[in-house]
Amino acid sequence: MRETPILIRHVALALLGLIFLAALNADWLAPAPYEQQFRAETNSRPSAKFLLGTDHLGRDRLSRLLYGTRVSLLLAPAASALSLGIALLAGGSAALAGGWWDRVMTAASNLFLSLPWLFLFLTVRSVLPLNTAPVTSILITFSLMGLLGWGAGARVVRASVLQIRNSPFALYARGFGCSPGRLWFRHLLPHLRTVLLAQFWISVPAFILGEASLGLLGLGVAEPMPSWGNLLKELQSAPAWNEYWVFAPVALLSTVMILFQLSRPVSQKVSPV
Amino acid sequence: MISRLWIAAALLCSPVCGGGELRFVLHHEPKTLNPLAAAEDAAETIRYLTGGVLIRLNRLTQELEPELAQSWKVSGDNKAITFQLRAGLVFSDGTQFTPVDVAFTVSQMLDPALHSPVADTFTVAGVAPKVSVDGPQTVTLTFGAPVAGKERLFDQLAILSARSPLKERASLGPFVLDSYKPGVELLLKRNPHYWKRDVAGKQLPYLDTIRIPIQANREIELNRFRAGELDLMNNIDPESYDRLAKAMPGVVHDSGPSTDVEFLWFNLAPSSPVPQYKKDWFQSAAFRHGISAAINREDLCRVVYRGHARPALGPFSLANKFWFNAKLTSQTFDPARGLKLLESAGFQKKGDVLVDRAGHPVEFSVITNTGNKARERMAALIQQDLQAIGIKLNIVTLDVPSLLERLTKSSDYEACLFGLTNVAADPNELMNVLLSSGRQHAWNPSQKTPATAWEAEMDSLLRAQASAGSRAKRKELFDRVQELMRREEPYLFLVNRNSLSAISPKVQGARPAAFYPQTFWNIERLSVK
Repeated sequence: MRETPILIRHVALALLGLIFLAALNADWLAPAPYEQQFRAETNSRPSAKFLLGTDHLGRDRLSRLLYGTRVSLLLAPAASALSLGIALLAGGSAALAGGWWDRVMTAASNLFLSLPWLFLFLTVRSVLPLNTAPVTSILITFSLMGLLGWGAGARVVRASVLQIRNSPFALYARGFGCSPGRLWFRHLLPHLRTVLLAQFWISVPAFILGEASLGLLGLGVAEPMPSWGNLLKELQSAPAWNEYWVFAPVALLSTVMILFQLSRPVSQKVSPV
Repeated sequence: MISRLWIAAALLCSPVCGGGELRFVLHHEPKTLNPLAAAEDAAETIRYLTGGVLIRLNRLTQELEPELAQSWKVSGDNKAITFQLRAGLVFSDGTQFTPVDVAFTVSQMLDPALHSPVADTFTVAGVAPKVSVDGPQTVTLTFGAPVAGKERLFDQLAILSARSPLKERASLGPFVLDSYKPGVELLLKRNPHYWKRDVAGKQLPYLDTIRIPIQANREIELNRFRAGELDLMNNIDPESYDRLAKAMPGVVHDSGPSTDVEFLWFNLAPSSPVPQYKKDWFQSAAFRHGISAAINREDLCRVVYRGHARPALGPFSLANKFWFNAKLTSQTFDPARGLKLLESAGFQKKGDVLVDRAGHPVEFSVITNTGNKARERMAALIQQDLQAIGIKLNIVTLDVPSLLERLTKSSDYEACLFGLTNVAADPNELMNVLLSSGRQHAWNPSQKTPATAWEAEMDSLLRAQASAGSRAKRKELFDRVQELMRREEPYLFLVNRNSLSAISPKVQGARPAAFYPQTFWNIERLSVK
């Protein structure tokens, strides 16, 4: 795979940063509270009062988009970091320990990749206390995604650790009596940095889309809190195609996906220090 | 001369001799083709089109009309009903129709192994009806106890042949099943032996075939209708209705309030795992009235249903011409009054939060089924209405099995937003919902003895109307039930959505009604140009 030119990466990162900043400052930038219903102005077109119009309940679309972006863009990286941590632990320990532990971890990652986790989300939603706050509910949703989404990452980490474990520099270190802990933290982990970063960059958009899919099924963020998932859900009612502004969440989601792809480090080569 | 005769014949036949093929979709696979076991929309549709019944409810006039029975007589004690059957009728395979078929059908329906949903409504006071064949065209059903209005039940009882080798596929209705490709479509063709004729003596039905594709996606259904691939659409959602009205103004029909009713209720079951202080709130009629007054029903109709709905007043909508209690006035939206009612029950507003006597902030959850846009939107509007008087409402959408588990088994919920669709035309068919002992008595089901004095009063009024001799007396008693429900508000009735449908201009003879099946209730008189 070709590396993205450095300038394009920087521009992409800058744009992503801007979107993050806008989402973080939704309290100041949003023209209205995201839950406020202007019932006399439902489904209105963009105007000076509502820059992206209003939704079916008369809520300001721009405000909901800003707050929804905050929810999705903050929590998806957190879930991604969680899953990466588990992947590192599972994949790394499997490659280093080998034997039965390797077989158990490989089987576990295969299992996590193959099971239909939608049913778990359905079950969790049905057993959660009914008065769970929307914020708690979304934290649980993203945590679950993080806890369940480590399978693919663990495979990549395991393969990379297997590759560098037998590299000359690792053999020399072991030959000079380096302890397993020091070997791992001082010599192997720095070499996994690019792999882990690439994995992180890949899984953030996957979790964003995951939440969007759950939102489409009504399992994501509870009303009235917005997220990209429940903003996209609105499109299920097939708006008229000339009402282009209702596609703003799709446009933003696509832009963010592209920016993530452009800004992620591609190189996964392992080279001795 | 011959060509002139042809033209004259064509003019005379128009518009009712069209024949042709009618096409509309089922939204899911029929779970059974046995008309006695039909329990959901798809199976009921096939039963309606293929089944012959003794008495038919005219969906437009809401009057009972003789079908396979040319007349019927209810005994003085309201315990028996005697049918005089039409002579000379045959099933679609040519088998003779006799009173033995009626007796056979009833015995099949009552077979516990079949789990027929119709059987419950025929069983009175735990006793199944007895059938006796009294003559070559006469048959009598005797119930275990006096019950008024039982004639309407026969609208759902498709008569089977006791002797046909085709069993339930031998039909007395206007159509017979020609082919069935599971997951794809059903094809019905006209019953060549159908007994009914029009005023000109032409055999009904006019249509040659009905093609019924199985199509779950409403959006695809709408696009196929617009492309001319479908001729009818029932129960259109308001958004699609408005879009269709813009694109094809002549094809949409708003038949006014349907029989469907949406409502909200609080869990009043003493055994529920809800905290005691919340149980005390929910038990208080003033609390329920306060909440009810704070809900803006007009906004629910306008915003959620785009004006294609009306505030609901009780279990029956305006569509039910006879049983609707016209004396009931609509619940006016008045949050200030709602707050006063709540204050009278010991609640008080501290800042932006309403608290009870013990200082608990008033917060509760409402469950509803996920994927139902209208209910999710109504819940969001109610959430903001209640926020205005300091109440926090948490909306929880659950998949249907989880929702039913909470409603019927664990009773682990605080409030529920749900609805009844295709509400029956007669109060006796709602007994399992309204009687305190009913399994579907949502707010506190299957009570051994009525938990409250007003429920005891409701039970006695319901039982009295069920055995009252005259329809007028039944109406008077059931009006009191509706008034009692309004006084106590165990259900906070919200809206009756309108019956919205679309009919292609190619279809002749359609007269959409509020009652199911809205667009094709007069199927035998429809034709396609």
